[in-house]
Amino acid sequence: MRDIFTFSLIASTIRLATPLVLAALGGLFSERSGVINIALEGKMLAGAFTAAAVTYAADNELHLGNASPWVGLLGGIVAGLFIAVIYAVSCIKFKADQVVSGAAINILMIGIPGFLSGAFFLSSGSTPQLPKDHLLPQSPVIIAIAVLALVALTWYVLYKTPFGLRLRAVGEKPEAADAAGVSVSKMRYSGVLIAGILAGAGGAYLSIGQSSLFTRNMTAGRGFIALAALIFGKWRPVQTLFACLLFGFTEAVSIQMQGVFKLPSGEDIPVQFIQMVPYVLTIVVLAGFIGSSHPPRALGVPYQKEK
Amino acid sequence: MTKLARELLFPLIAVLAAFIVGGILILLVGDNPLDTYRLLLGAALSWPDGIGYTLFQATPLIFTGLAVLVGFRCGLFNIGAEGQLYIAAFATAWVGITFAGWSSWLLIPLCFAAAILTGAFWGAIPGVLKARFGSHEVINTIMLNFIAVALVSYFTQYHYKVPGDPIMETATIGPGAHIPRFGRFIPNFPERIPLNVAFLLALLCCLLVYLFLWRTKWGYEIRATGSNPSAAEYGGISIRKQIVLAMAVSGGLAGMVAINEVLGYRYRYYDGFSDNYGFTGIAVALLGRNHPVGVILAALLFAVLQHGGIYVDGFSEHVTKDIVQVLQGIIILFVAAESFFKWLVGRVRPVERLRA
Repeated sequence: MRDIFTFSLIASTIRLATPLVLAALGGLFSERSGVINIALEGKMLAGAFTAAAVTYAADNELHLGNASPWVGLLGGIVAGLFIAVIYAVSCIKFKADQVVSGAAINILMIGIPGFLSGAFFLSSGSTPQLPKDHLLPQSPVIIAIAVLALVALTWYVLYKTPFGLRLRAVGEKPEAADAAGVSVSKMRYSGVLIAGILAGAGGAYLSIGQSSLFTRNMTAGRGFIALAALIFGKWRPVQTLFACLLFGFTEAVSIQMQGVFKLPSGEDIPVQFIQMVPYVLTIVVLAGFIGSSHPPRALGVPYQKEK
Repeated sequence: MTKLARELLFPLIAVLAAFIVGGILILLVGDNPLDTYRLLLGAALSWPDGIGYTLFQATPLIFTGLAVLVGFRCGLFNIGAEGQLYIAAFATAWVGITFAGWSSWLLIPLCFAAAILTGAFWGAIPGVLKARFGSHEVINTIMLNFIAVALVSYFTQYHYKVPGDPIMETATIGPGAHIPRFGRFIPNFPERIPLNVAFLLALLCCLLVYLFLWRTKWGYEIRATGSNPSAAEYGGISIRKQIVLAMAVSGGLAGMVAINEVLGYRYRYYDGFSDNYGFTGIAVALLGRNHPVGVILAALLFAVLQHGGIYVDGFSEHVTKDIVQVLQGIIILFVAAESFFKWLVGRVRPVERLRA
């Protein structure tokens, strides 16, 4: 047990938590405005694939060298934003069921990267390997500072600005916000589009930060873990950060232990049980066993303006 | 427009629109959409392989489509069919291995019971959580999917894997647990095609689900809960009971995928066997407009696409079998945003009026 908390484990916890924090904060903006975001997974996949493909192109076609991962990150963000626009138009303008549209986006984004990589890279679902020095920074100190700054910014925007107040109002009591002159759909568009930007960036960090290429279905459920962290964090930025760190830690442990986790007493815990931790905790928290976790009141309900 | 025509029209428009969008994507990557679609849809027509494999692939989709349908009718969104069918498949294999020596007369019903009851149990958990604590079934079913996959992977890896086998799979079930393939009854239909009696069972389930939902008191109460929970409660229906019941029935139906997979196809539990059956079930139920007959038609369509995907992979220049998932996603997106088409029609109509 003593050698579990090594520097490398802490470093990899931070690295693994980073895409989760990005996606979960994105989900936070969307859900606080009243739009469920089970499409985080699809947005991350879009971001991850596009970031890797754009970085490769920037490196090999435009010869941008060290700047290429930043162009790639921008590409990932644009891809996340693009998916978010589709999602937002379908949920807000056409009042489609948010869960159904989210599921549709997720299924679509399992297919699209494979479809495009088959066409562009003649591969079955992955992008070419990128050189190690053309990736986003991986130093745990740098990304820890970036992540903390982002959480602080989210907190500030959400609780200290008129925009944040309106966003939260629209997610809790859209009728009241509407009566006060706030455009419900405008706020919800903002929430969903910010989610697209952040989830796209989170996906980008997976493919061009943590690894050096996109592989088929590389998010492997991280969009759902981010959603779980958001719920575990009770839809609040700082708590969500801690939830992401906890879930990043369970992932780091299950990678480092290579199969078996030894208790001090010498008993083995199979890695599958460590992998289950985030999901079990989310169910427990959602059921209200550890404090109560209330979603925004208007979450998932399309807003119909009274005529 | 009659009700039936309208019920058929929207899914057809959604599918057509998805094929058009998909066709544009295919053009963009440099292939001819017509050639791709010929491969994709034509593969299913050959006898016996095309038809046999397509019906085999439709079987799990009918089960999961029905599972999602029963949830929807109660106002619940069961995204957990994937986890339910994994747990059920492992339990079914466990029964088939543990009681391997038993005769078919006992073992097959026992395996059926294992598949249905384990799926129902796993489905009932989010039902109970919703009924008791009010926590959202969408989140809980997503979480339970991951828990189910990890749990069966643990049991397979640590307790039931054949030592030395590099593949994550259990030992084979007893011969008494095998259910017959179509090849045994149909002349010139080779037994290597895994289409088995589970397909007939799936069709039977469509009838049973119809009778259950529209001809029994339980089904009526489930539908009442789904269409207007407060009115149902006022009318003396216990909403909580309906939620748990609907989720259990839904899980049981998803669990029946195990009958096709374990008893009729692989004769063992094979880790990661499901080709997103649970999630495709959502598409099947939605496209089938939450009606058992619609589920059969939608499951057939998706099975045709899935089977054709293999040929697209093999014979087209740029397009891969991923086009199947792309089409599926676009179809659901269009089905979900039904008002998109109404909006589109509304925008087109004034122009027509001008012309007239």
